[in-house]
Amino acid sequence: MEYVIEMLNIRKEFPGIVANDNITLQVKKGEIHALLGENGAGKSTLMNVLFGLYQPERGEIRVNGKKVNITDPNVANNLGIGMVHQHFMLVDKFSVTENIILGSEPSKAGRINMRDAIKQVRQLSEQYGLRVDPEAKISDISVGMQQRVEILKTLYRGADILIFDEPTAVLTPQEIKELIEIMKTLIKEGKSIILITHKLKEIMEVCDRVTVIRKGVGIGTVNVSDTNPNELASLMVGRDVVFKTDKTEANPAASVLDIKDLVIKDTRGVAAINGLSLEVRAGEIVGIAGVDGNGQTELIEAIAGLKKAESGTISLNQKEIQNLKPRRITESGLGHIPQDRHKHGLVLDFPIGENMVLQTYYKKPYSKNGILNYKNIYQKAKTLIKDYDVRTPTEYTLARALSGGNQQKAIIGREVDRDPDLLIAAQPTRGLDVGAIEFVHKRLIEQRDRGKGVLLISFELDEVLNVSDRIAVIYEGKIVAIVDPKQTTEQELGLLMAGSTVTRKEGEHSNV
Amino acid sequence: MKKRKFGLALSLVLAAGTMLGACGKSSEKSGDGGKKDSFTVGMVTDVGGVDDKSFNQSAWEGLQKFGSDNSLKKGKNGYDYLQSKSDSDYITNLNTLSRQDFDLVYGIGFLMEDAISKVADQRKDTKFAIVDAVVNKPNVASITFKENEGSFLVGVVAGLTTKTNKVGFIGGVQGELIEKFETGFKAGVKSVNPKAEVLTKYTGAFDKPDLGQATADTMIKSGADILFHAAGATGIGMINEVKSVKQKDPSKNVWAIGVDRDQAPDGKIDANTNIMLTSMVKRVDIAVQDIAKKAKDGDFPGGKVVEYGLNENGVGIAPTKDNVSPEALKAVDEWTAKIKSGEVKVPGTPAELKNFK
Amino acid sequence: MSKRLINILVPVVSVLLGLIAGTIIMLVSGYNPIEGFSALFYGMFGEVFYTGETIRQVTPYILSGLAVAFAFRTGLFNIGVEGQVLVGWLASVWVGLAFDLPKVIHLPLAIIAAAAAGALWGFIPGFLKARFRVHEVIVSIMMNYIALHVTNNIIRTVLSKNSDRTPDVPKSALLKSPFLEAHTDFSRLHWGFLIALAGAFLMWFILEKTVKGYELRSVGFNHHASEYAGMNVNRNIILSMVISGAFAGVAGSMEGLGTFGYASIKGGFTGIGFDGIAVALLGGNTSVGIILSAILFGGLKVGALNMPLETGIPTELVDIIIALIIFFIASSYIIRWAITRFNKKGVK
Repeated sequence: MEYVIEMLNIRKEFPGIVANDNITLQVKKGEIHALLGENGAGKSTLMNVLFGLYQPERGEIRVNGKKVNITDPNVANNLGIGMVHQHFMLVDKFSVTENIILGSEPSKAGRINMRDAIKQVRQLSEQYGLRVDPEAKISDISVGMQQRVEILKTLYRGADILIFDEPTAVLTPQEIKELIEIMKTLIKEGKSIILITHKLKEIMEVCDRVTVIRKGVGIGTVNVSDTNPNELASLMVGRDVVFKTDKTEANPAASVLDIKDLVIKDTRGVAAINGLSLEVRAGEIVGIAGVDGNGQTELIEAIAGLKKAESGTISLNQKEIQNLKPRRITESGLGHIPQDRHKHGLVLDFPIGENMVLQTYYKKPYSKNGILNYKNIYQKAKTLIKDYDVRTPTEYTLARALSGGNQQKAIIGREVDRDPDLLIAAQPTRGLDVGAIEFVHKRLIEQRDRGKGVLLISFELDEVLNVSDRIAVIYEGKIVAIVDPKQTTEQELGLLMAGSTVTRKEGEHSNV
Repeated sequence: MKKRKFGLALSLVLAAGTMLGACGKSSEKSGDGGKKDSFTVGMVTDVGGVDDKSFNQSAWEGLQKFGSDNSLKKGKNGYDYLQSKSDSDYITNLNTLSRQDFDLVYGIGFLMEDAISKVADQRKDTKFAIVDAVVNKPNVASITFKENEGSFLVGVVAGLTTKTNKVGFIGGVQGELIEKFETGFKAGVKSVNPKAEVLTKYTGAFDKPDLGQATADTMIKSGADILFHAAGATGIGMINEVKSVKQKDPSKNVWAIGVDRDQAPDGKIDANTNIMLTSMVKRVDIAVQDIAKKAKDGDFPGGKVVEYGLNENGVGIAPTKDNVSPEALKAVDEWTAKIKSGEVKVPGTPAELKNFK
Repeated sequence: MSKRLINILVPVVSVLLGLIAGTIIMLVSGYNPIEGFSALFYGMFGEVFYTGETIRQVTPYILSGLAVAFAFRTGLFNIGVEGQVLVGWLASVWVGLAFDLPKVIHLPLAIIAAAAAGALWGFIPGFLKARFRVHEVIVSIMMNYIALHVTNNIIRTVLSKNSDRTPDVPKSALLKSPFLEAHTDFSRLHWGFLIALAGAFLMWFILEKTVKGYELRSVGFNHHASEYAGMNVNRNIILSMVISGAFAGVAGSMEGLGTFGYASIKGGFTGIGFDGIAVALLGGNTSVGIILSAILFGGLKVGALNMPLETGIPTELVDIIIALIIFFIASSYIIRWAITRFNKKGVK
């Protein structure tokens, strides 16, 4: 069997570290090949080497058996390598077609032939079953559709080998299903795919073979049919991993969070939360399941005091807190693990130690009379770093330099340490690898077991199902159902999230 | 030397880079200090530099002439200039020239009045001279001009040339200096043409050509056919306005009179047409040469104000006067003689103007 | 460890590169570069007079550099330092002229007035940014022009009778020191350098040691996270511009009460504020860095005056050489910045 891509014994160093050491990746024509590894294992570096963004120190790359020297992304494009980035690179105000032809416009004497372009895009879209409207504006289409535009972009440029970088991270379950179909169509049409992921389920479902890297070293390549998720996980992490989160039955007590008839308008004045009611009691984890954009962000921000509530009440420990200043709410017992940790959770250019007191710096013992006490700050940081297993060279290291998982651990440590009565965890495991996910889940449950309330917002259905004691399904700004995770399947949840109210089984809580 | 040591220590403490300064100092420039025997003269320009087409340039031309007349070389041992890049550089530059043992140091322009006054106190061994201002210090010679006398002559020309019996004067910022131009000009016009009216407008700026243009436009529309200015770059606007009026209607009888130097090149429309009637010139170069010569001969007028008027060839009418009628030129000659002889005293202030005749 | 070495090495190497570029220019145009640079250096520190003048020139540069840096550190680009310098200059002179007080009150009052005027000039763009999200660069550029013409007009009509400068500020409000002047061979060195150094210390202290500084830095790096952490982002934006403006205002008082002792009508900007941007960038927006880069800028500015006379190099060529030195220093910073950014991305 011939290989379309061979990366042999690749070594890539950065000052102070070896990002890739002796990694070999061989992709057969017409297969979906998974590249599996924890965050920071060196997957992205390897793909950037393939895409021409980095030059390897050692090793060679062959495309279709021929040795090549990929000096920049243009060379990669010409060799038929295309990348579907995790973070889409689209111009919001442009149409689908405009985005696709951007940079390689079909033009005649300086004029872009738009009609031809649209025809071409439509044809490609039909051929691969993408069902994208070539004339729609990017800002008007869903995240899933935007991803398809990214795929079309690579196809339009004649890619035969498509690299998907964590493609499912941003998708709903339904969209994931459709993406998998698209991948299969692509293979049928003679393309080859490299899928970067750390989600074992996806690998088991679609991939033919998988190459595992751990801490920059190639561990090996196995056929998916010869392996199982447990084996893959231990290959990736280097030890055995427990998947099912162990937890005892919840012991809910008094209510810590009580939301009644909440209405929030978004920036355009449309109601993003439209009469929502929800209760979280001490000693339970309430999971919020829903497709992105149904009001989750607004709900969290309203609780935290970052968004104005139009009407309705939010009570924390029986005291109304709606529209108070964020600091007041924090001080009355709210902890918040924000969904975007880079944007909202950390000051990346601060040392990790200073990030540990982001809400408490103005209090004793971290400051006195307006003067900071660095000794106490770093003392605290040191303790937290140790307790929460944040892997950082020192507490003076910039937060930016830490891997995503360790940044998340630091945030969790900071928030949990303040011992809040209510902990909001928004997408707490987004982009984390299995080891870190395990850690996060354990901490959330620990918090619950100490008699605190936890509100978990996640787009990962298995996470919501695994960790929550109750699941509230949010749809168009309302809680449309509250279900018991033990008696609910992913399919049922998916349907509820899509706005369907047909299936109602026994033992389920009724709609609010 | 004790002072210097203290300063050295001070600089060591204050500035991180001063260690190097100490090295620089060890090469004390006593070597060439002793052998200097010829007369040396330097000047400090303001921010305009020596090619400003104005008094800096004129002064530098005077200095160059003095240099070649006395076979001096440009440089530390002859004659040289330093250009200021901002007003905070005046004192540094004056000091530098004084420190380089220049015998005579010029400050060009009234903007340097304060700087000269301060440095003269500190460097009593150096002779200073300032143009267009008065600094009363024993080692400073003050050079002023009788702008009123020159303005009088162009006033005579204007008074005899006007057809509408209306002429205009455009000033920059109002003040004693510019009032000398105004009163001299008015006196000149009235002396030869008592019926003529002089429109007067101070624009309040020396650097606003647009304002000069607008003012000129108003004056021409109200009937003035000859405009004189003492407004620096603002006056360029006046000249441009006169030019554009003439270009639109070549039959129209309009003239401009330049100031400070021969502005004829600025008034040229084509080979045959030039709207510049004449100019009132101020010979900064002659004054600079004169004071340098006096200083060299041991006759430095320290502490004195030296006025340059018609008698000293310090002011006058520009060599370009093709557009002036022979009759007017004859009148100019007559009045020049009267002023030189003292028969006529040209007024220099509005009060003197009132009493004039 | 090696990072610290790089931090020191990069500016040193880039200064050397600038000198080499200057050397080439001088050689090509037929001048002796050794003579040229020794004249430059002599003009900076060669005599106590020049040392005094250099420090005098460095003084406002430190403060305007601090003003730019303070805003930078909190995520704002205060391009309005120039205007804040002008209003500070005017305010200090005004207070100097308007009151008759003992020096211990008068001088501090004049400097505080300068700081307050600069702070007001910084408050306006800060407020508009915080309240209406108007970009501070646009507003502060416009504020520069307003400052230039308003101060000119006040000098012309209020503080003098249609003259181009105010009367001299009385001794009781001056930073000028006969002692320093006498010991530096009549340079215009004045006590302002102590204020500039104190300002550098103050900026370091506010930003690094106080709770407010922590907030300001946090807002500067990431205002989203700061908002989430309960900080009042808008108030910090305004505060940052106010403090920045105050530094700039004090820079103006260095000229008004130190170098000149009066205010005069300006045909254009002083350049102190704009050079402050370069000083701050070159100094890495840190107090110590700003002091060093201000010494470099001030030294070059004063030293350059001496080059034409000593060596016969024309003024224009001197300007080119100075600009090249600064260019190389600044561009190597850009290169280094680019490299570190690139590395960061790569590691991930």
